[in-house]
Amino acid sequence: MGLRKSRLTAWIFVGPAIALFAVFFAYPLVASLVQSFQTDDRGETVWAGFDNYSRLFGDELFGKSLINTGLILIVQVPVMTVLALIVAQILNQSWLKLRSGYRIAYFLPAVTTLVAYAIVFRVLLRADNGVMNHLLGYLGVAPIDWLHDPFWAKVALIASITWRWTGYNMVIILAGLQSIPKEQYEAASVDGAGALTTYVKVIVPQLRPVILFCLITSTIGTLQLFDEPYLLTQGGPDNATLTPLVHLYKIGFEQLDFGYASAIAWAVVAIIGVLSFVQFKFLGRRE
Amino acid sequence: MKRLLHLPLIVGAVISLFPFYWMIIAATHKTEDLFTSSPPLLPGGELLNNLRRLEESIGFTQVTLNTVGVSLVYTVLSSLLSAMCGYGLAKFRFKGRGFFLAVILATMMIPFQVLLVPLFEMMASFGWIDTYQAVIIPFLANAFGIFLMRQAFLDFPQELIEAGRIDGCGETRIFYRIVLPAAKPQLAAVVIFTFIGQWGAFLWPLLMLNTEDKYTIPVALSTMVGLSKVDYSGLMLGSFAATLPIMAVFLFFQRQFVSGLLGGSVKG
Repeated sequence: MGLRKSRLTAWIFVGPAIALFAVFFAYPLVASLVQSFQTDDRGETVWAGFDNYSRLFGDELFGKSLINTGLILIVQVPVMTVLALIVAQILNQSWLKLRSGYRIAYFLPAVTTLVAYAIVFRVLLRADNGVMNHLLGYLGVAPIDWLHDPFWAKVALIASITWRWTGYNMVIILAGLQSIPKEQYEAASVDGAGALTTYVKVIVPQLRPVILFCLITSTIGTLQLFDEPYLLTQGGPDNATLTPLVHLYKIGFEQLDFGYASAIAWAVVAIIGVLSFVQFKFLGRRE
Repeated sequence: MKRLLHLPLIVGAVISLFPFYWMIIAATHKTEDLFTSSPPLLPGGELLNNLRRLEESIGFTQVTLNTVGVSLVYTVLSSLLSAMCGYGLAKFRFKGRGFFLAVILATMMIPFQVLLVPLFEMMASFGWIDTYQAVIIPFLANAFGIFLMRQAFLDFPQELIEAGRIDGCGETRIFYRIVLPAAKPQLAAVVIFTFIGQWGAFLWPLLMLNTEDKYTIPVALSTMVGLSKVDYSGLMLGSFAATLPIMAVFLFFQRQFVSGLLGGSVKG
């Protein structure tokens, strides 16, 4: 096949997808970048230079949304990843019964329809006569106002995200564990290494790319967090669960300030880029 | 000792599954009975009454048919595009290939909300608001699907493609008959991901669809939340009904699902 014909064939396969990306991704992306340098002046769109971006630094709510996100990154992502690592390690034992049953049970939350999940959590977490408070009552815990108390709303948000995504990360880690050759475990145990030493010296280094994948996707997911805070608490109470994207949505679609909303979006993109790069740099391949 | 390991696993599984269980409980009781000092923990007998009310309030049958239709059309078109584009990127050399690959990976880092406003304006200028093409077409090209399919095709032996060409097969025939069947597990994973994603899609359909009888299930359910007297039993029934097909698809295809996840994450 000639080179020219080969190129033509390639375009038949990639052309449609690339055309769709150009129209529905590249164009709106550039449009939002342009919009982030514009503002609305009495009904007219005018250039604003870097005004929208400098406004970010004085925006208390944006700052608060970043602090909330940082808290989730520090608390939720490590807890979830460690939980996923532990469960994956247990489920990787070939003598354990019901392994695929557990795997399904843990993974199911990740594929649940979002709105259904948000609705059921709102109902479970109701303050008066909600099921969660009822069950906690058996343990002697006084009723908690999960969704209207700033502290408990954060706890509820973190618990919900953990409920939804632990199984997903666990399955990815489990798949990584299963790709490690059995001989390596055996070699380590012949050397007289204990279970924990084997885990740290043999398994963790091989899992590095998988753990990195989980950490990067969780970090991106946290910075893009929208569904849970929007549907569970609308970012409240007192902005305790406000995330950058809920803030963006309110600015854009409630206050109709598209210019500033675009600037928030691009700030989030920049932060995601930097954090992913840092994680890749420190946790990526060493050689 | 070994049996003891089941204890934490069972606790975890109960936590994972309890919300699903409670959907069933709530869907079979009256709303008044759900929030009492002793909420029901076993199924009741109100299922049919709740279903009837849900049909009256949001037209549940219509809404379900809409969701099935939109999800199927989207899944078929998007998966086909992913497979084609993945194949092109994996097996052909052409100018800009590296660039496209980088762009496709970058799209996964861009929050969808960045595009929301310009896309909304674009749909308005096309006159597509309140149509299904507005729900389906903008997100047909799916970066994750393309990437997964590309990874799947990378290992496909070039000699088999060449052999097909020598036998006089056309390029599309080679794709459908020789290449695509070899990537069935990954294609299945892409199909499942796209279907589940579109089935539960919320924000974009909410912005696009204005007429009640065009709503999809998530949009219809979300309108019930805002009412002054919320029909929680109906909501839980609707939520469970929305989750059921996803559970079925997942249980049926879970092997492909897992291998698909693995293919996307670990391979170079």
